[in-house]
Amino acid sequence: MKRRAKFFAGGAVILAVLAYLVYAGVSQSVVYFVTPAELLAAPSAGKTYRLGGMVQPGTLVWEPRTLDLRFTLSDGKATVPVRHKGTPPDLFGEGRGAVVEGSWSGDGYFKATTILAKHSEEYKAPHGASQAGYKELLKTLRGDSAGAR
Amino acid sequence: MLIGAPEIGYALTVVALGLALWGGAAAVTAARAGRPALLASAERAAVGVWALITGCMLVLVHAFLTFDFSIRYVASNTNRGTPFYYRITALWGALEGSIILWAWLLGLYTLVVVIRYRRRQPELYPWVLTVLLAILAFFLLVMAVPAPPFERLSPVPADGRGLNPLLEDSGMITHPVALYLGFTGFTVPFAFAMAALALGRTGEEWITITRRWTIIAWYFLSLGLLIGGWWSYHVLGWGGYWAWDPVENAAFMPWLTGTAFLHSVMIQERRRMLKLWNLSLIILTFGLTLFGTFLTRSGIIGSVHAFTQGSIGVFFLTFLALVLLTAFSLLAWRMERLKGQGELDSVVSRESAFLLNNVFLVAASFTVFFGTIFPLLYEAVWQEKVSVGGPYFNTINIPLFLGLLFLMGVGPLIAWRRASLESLRRNFVKPVLAGIVVAAVLRVLGVGHALVLLAAALVVFVTGTMVLDFWRAARARRRTGDGWAAATFGLLLRQNRRYGGFVVHLGILVVALGVAGSQAWSLQTEATLARGETVELGGYRVRFDGLDASEESNHGKVTGTFSVTHGARPVDVLRPAKKFYPQEQTPIAYVDYRLGLLEDVYLVLGDFARDGSHATIKVQVNRMVSWLWLGGLVLTLGTVLAVLPDRRRPA
Repeated sequence: MKRRAKFFAGGAVILAVLAYLVYAGVSQSVVYFVTPAELLAAPSAGKTYRLGGMVQPGTLVWEPRTLDLRFTLSDGKATVPVRHKGTPPDLFGEGRGAVVEGSWSGDGYFKATTILAKHSEEYKAPHGASQAGYKELLKTLRGDSAGAR
Repeated sequence: MLIGAPEIGYALTVVALGLALWGGAAAVTAARAGRPALLASAERAAVGVWALITGCMLVLVHAFLTFDFSIRYVASNTNRGTPFYYRITALWGALEGSIILWAWLLGLYTLVVVIRYRRRQPELYPWVLTVLLAILAFFLLVMAVPAPPFERLSPVPADGRGLNPLLEDSGMITHPVALYLGFTGFTVPFAFAMAALALGRTGEEWITITRRWTIIAWYFLSLGLLIGGWWSYHVLGWGGYWAWDPVENAAFMPWLTGTAFLHSVMIQERRRMLKLWNLSLIILTFGLTLFGTFLTRSGIIGSVHAFTQGSIGVFFLTFLALVLLTAFSLLAWRMERLKGQGELDSVVSRESAFLLNNVFLVAASFTVFFGTIFPLLYEAVWQEKVSVGGPYFNTINIPLFLGLLFLMGVGPLIAWRRASLESLRRNFVKPVLAGIVVAAVLRVLGVGHALVLLAAALVVFVTGTMVLDFWRAARARRRTGDGWAAATFGLLLRQNRRYGGFVVHLGILVVALGVAGSQAWSLQTEATLARGETVELGGYRVRFDGLDASEESNHGKVTGTFSVTHGARPVDVLRPAKKFYPQEQTPIAYVDYRLGLLEDVYLVLGDFARDGSHATIKVQVNRMVSWLWLGGLVLTLGTVLAVLPDRRRPA
């Protein structure tokens, strides 16, 4: 019986530690999804959020040299300026949905650490729409080599 | 109406479903009433089912190879530019096809069971066949109703949509096959467990019979996870191999419980304890393979792999509920026979080391499960969307896994029943000292990262125990007159089960070092470079030499050329690219890298100027990632050794 008690005590300790780890883990790393309107209603600086909205056309500024990326996310009701350091991901662009993870800076903008572009399986682009980048480069490079000759 | 490939494929599916249902019914009747003619019929049905699923696969492969876009699945997953080999692997490139692959592998395993056990296990075998055919019938039902791979598309388009570009990779040829061999592999021990319950033969028999099946299923699941990591690492372009994505978790949970099962059955074999626990573990493991598919294919959780698919989630959830209900009812029915004959004698014993290993593994599985479904629970209760990220999973799993590493050193050497202080001293003092010394030396050399120090100390401790054990055994054999080489190989072959396990453990240690090292020491930076400019990271200097554009068979490509040097030594010229697929909204990054034993240089092309003058490049120096892949190799060797025929007993 004594041995049994030892095993039960051990089990209880393990369970308690585990429960604490789960609790601590969840409360540390839970991230709230908010829309711009929800964020602006109660901005809390330093807390991690996932902010989802549409990248407003005409607001996207990308400085390749400094890797500064700025844009405004909108949910139709409110807009939040977002700043990020680094290349935007492939699926990111004006007029598209995006989710950014980061925190409210307290100085009137959202400081994003990660950009998660929304990927929809259903969407089918018209042919050639995404091709601008490389078609143009192809043209320039061919033009370049022709000019050099 | 015209009869084409879609109708032939659909007909094959329906006939196979009918046969599986008949076979299952015949097998269960034969099992209960012992009618050999019915059993023979069930066997023929099993062979027929496998042949028909093979037929389905051939029809689909043929459709892919001949661009038969009258099949929706073909049109959605290939186009005229898709290279030949990816047209074959496109077979399992999306949901419907991966269900065929699953069913086919399960059919194959069923065939092996028929061939191996029809004479050898006359009592268990009809029940095993019943369970396998019932599960096959479910997958065929999925193929027939919610996820039909042969759905006709009309009008027939001139060209298909094309394969998801991320799947045009060698990893995608092997990853699903390995993973599904693992998933379906656990079906066989599950079927034997159910047969044992149905017959009331709850002894060690079903475990002994399925030992190799379990090892092989576990191995393929491990391999599938590692190949998945490799795919993530070299295709997705974020430089990592594991993201705690729901679909990764879905495959990881059965791996954890499967690993627990693999260990706890040894206690039952040896001490006749934990009968109830082992049965529960195999039910849980099999259930988790179904749950994973439900989770990732029903679209209830967003994931990089998730596809929104209509009613398939309902089918899987219903089947999962049925399976769990049936299995646990059987368990409850046989409860009185599941009392262990052994007792735990001491806290300091091999039994309790294994028990703790099981507690840790199941706890890890539970916390992963909880973290994965937490957003769903939270949304249901609080109507708010949340996500639980990597930090949650890391906080909990890192301590658990360090504990498991420690147990890996203790378990194989500590005595059964009760370990004496003397034996503990003899077995563990030297390895523990070795671990502490190595950690201290690393600390003096300037390694400050706590995780790396702990992992290194534990790895040295575990390796020490294994070397000590093996050396003692080899020395004993040498006394009988063998040379060192003969003693070593003789031991490996004669005790292949034990030492195969040791080698598998070594593989896990190598993987663990890779994980710790890469988490602690990897570096990354990002910069926009004009032609000729350089960026430096971790002693490497990366120079931008120019951009090129080209047209490939099914996509356009912009390739950057970057020279990498280390000091004065040229390392490599890397060519990361962006691929532009007509069917995709946006370009896909194509990573280039140079792998090394200690560090990889890893380049991802970001944005670029359309005149080719500038490019933004992400540079990573990823340390010790290669150890993950090396660990996989060691794992393979160990598994082969462990499943070799047992030499100790006459076959």
